[in-house]
Amino acid sequence: MGMLKIENLSAEIDGKTILNGISLEVPAGEIHAVMGPNGSGKSTLSYVLAGREGYEVTGGSATFHGQDLLALDPEERAAAGLFLAFQYPVELPGVGNANFLRTALNAIRKTRGEPELDAMQFLKIARERMKALSMPEDMLKRGVNVGFSGGEKKRNEVLQMALLRPQLAILDETDSGLDIDALKIVADGVNAQRAPDFSALIITHYQRLLDYIIPDRVHVLVKGRIVKSGGPELAHALEKEGYASVQEAA
Amino acid sequence: MNAVAGAAGFSHRFEGLRSRLPGAKLPWLDALRGEAAESFGAQGFPTRRVEAWKYTDLNPLGHVSFDEPLTLLDGGVTLPPAIAPRVVFVDGRFREDLSDHPGARSLARHLPELEGRLGVLAQPAREPMAGLNTMLFEDGLLLEIGEGVDGGVMELLSYATACERPQAFHPRHLIRLAPGASLTLIETATGAARARYLHNPVYEIEVAEGARLTHGRLQQEAREAWHLSTVYARVAAGGVYDNFTLNAGGKLARNEIHTALTGARAQCHMNGAQLLVDGQHADTTTALDHAAPDCSSRQTYKTVLSGKSRGVFQGKILVRQAAQKTDGYQMNQALLLSPDAEIDSKPQLEIYADDVKCSHGATVGELDADQLFYLRARGIPESEAKAMLVEAFLQEAVESVAEETLRGALARAVDGWWRAEAAA
Ligand SMILES: Nc1ncnc2c1ncn2[C@@H]1O[C@H](COP(=O)(O)OP(=O)(O)O)[C@@H](O)[C@H]1O
Ligand SMILES: [Mg+2]
Repeated sequence: MGMLKIENLSAEIDGKTILNGISLEVPAGEIHAVMGPNGSGKSTLSYVLAGREGYEVTGGSATFHGQDLLALDPEERAAAGLFLAFQYPVELPGVGNANFLRTALNAIRKTRGEPELDAMQFLKIARERMKALSMPEDMLKRGVNVGFSGGEKKRNEVLQMALLRPQLAILDETDSGLDIDALKIVADGVNAQRAPDFSALIITHYQRLLDYIIPDRVHVLVKGRIVKSGGPELAHALEKEGYASVQEAA
Repeated sequence: MNAVAGAAGFSHRFEGLRSRLPGAKLPWLDALRGEAAESFGAQGFPTRRVEAWKYTDLNPLGHVSFDEPLTLLDGGVTLPPAIAPRVVFVDGRFREDLSDHPGARSLARHLPELEGRLGVLAQPAREPMAGLNTMLFEDGLLLEIGEGVDGGVMELLSYATACERPQAFHPRHLIRLAPGASLTLIETATGAARARYLHNPVYEIEVAEGARLTHGRLQQEAREAWHLSTVYARVAAGGVYDNFTLNAGGKLARNEIHTALTGARAQCHMNGAQLLVDGQHADTTTALDHAAPDCSSRQTYKTVLSGKSRGVFQGKILVRQAAQKTDGYQMNQALLLSPDAEIDSKPQLEIYADDVKCSHGATVGELDADQLFYLRARGIPESEAKAMLVEAFLQEAVESVAEETLRGALARAVDGWWRAEAAA
């Protein structure tokens, strides 16, 4: 059974249709990529799945482990095991990164029936994960994403994923703005999560990241619908030919 | 029993009590009270036509008839836990039996010594509530910290008991720090849950050369109470007056602070937070008088409003011609958690010196939907996520509090407010 099953999903913002009947299934243990030109609805899809306000779902469904995802609050989706790495991580001035990460981790642990971590226990785990992501420790002390460079923000997203250990990670252009070293670190972070009960939906504009995280399937999103699906080779084809050919098909 | 309501009721009571009030036989004090009674009698409670009271309406007070506090001086009361050696006032009266700070003294017992000191800073003709206080005060804290002495931390607890009829009390607190002295004074103003009362304290504070007073005020009065306080502080050369006021309780509350920096290099920090739930009105009004050169002042006030609540901030900075090299900063920010909440803010700069650095700013906003979603997307429940954002909003004001006891008390107060708010 698919871990994530999207059927004929349509959604609009302010009366404007953005998602236009998307069907997509990500089985447990698989990594799928969604590629598409700017403005095709990739971020909208990730927001609708994560539960951001402001979108009206006008048709179709999205289930997660058979559960109606769209009926849940964002925090319930996170508790169920869904994680969105934001394309534009949000800055939270006045909220310390360590406090934020620990609060999030403890909220998730609580729903899993695991004991909460105190500050010391948390720091030990956070330091380990940060080391793996080559993140300087002082990023714990700063405000969440405040004054972080683009690359630091993206790494902070991957750190959150590594701490929260979701079953389904949606990475919305986590690769954009990263140099090749940072890209490899992020890819390593995702690959480290790979397991039979871990799936990922990797949204990307470029094929680059998919050299390091080999996807099981690649889907091409144009104007709010999936116009083509295939194996990893589809990403290479798109890289060579651009989106023009698939756009015509849409 | 006094059945006359409002301002007239107080004037009436003064006439009846005049000869029996503490210090009635001291001509200077009787004259002071008489003058205050005259101006209060003429003005009554300030109306909104008075510029300083444009946003805070005391009209409802005019319909209440208040009683003298009837509490016995040795009755048992359950007080909130102490945060430091304390001085306790119950219904405006000093309670020696409940106080354990060695420096605790009742003002009423030392009035003959206070000629030329009591009433020096207060302006009863200008501030009607200080007039009412001068007219009717019965007691208060008399505190003096000697030259170079570190007075440590002291709690001033003002507690109101529940009575059948509303009661009014007007404590007068007189505080003096001698040169080089220091003290942290934390005032908690609160009362029994169902108590209905007017708490109208006036502070006269002298910070002498090089002395330092950290003055925390936690206004957490009972929900049906009125809290109208007026603080007068005068800071001499090199002295520091550090005021943090939490305005969180009561039905209607106003904290008015008048600080004068009268000696070179004096410093003043006036920070605060107003945390309001449905039905509350809170007003912070500050007046800062830069009267000497090389002084600095910092003000940061944050107001969080939910339900149908109303907040007011008025902040005036006067820089006199002599106050060259003044460094003044004032910021007030409001966070509206509900569409029915309202904030009025009025910053005012009046600068007569030419070589000064003075800035002020004000913002009004709501919780940021993207920030809230980001937190929730990480599994943090909505109410906890909101609490985090409110805390972040308050942070700048709260982190200005360096003293640990005060910081802890403040954190507990903020936490308590949020829990009450989340439960509402
Ligand atoms: N809040 C919004 N209000 C109106 N239109 C929006 C909003 N967010 C996105 N859109 C529009 O929806 C379309 C898809 O946007 P998006 O999902 O961000 O695309 P992508 O991530 O693929 O670049 C674009 O045409 C964009 O202009
Ligand atoms: Mg996007």
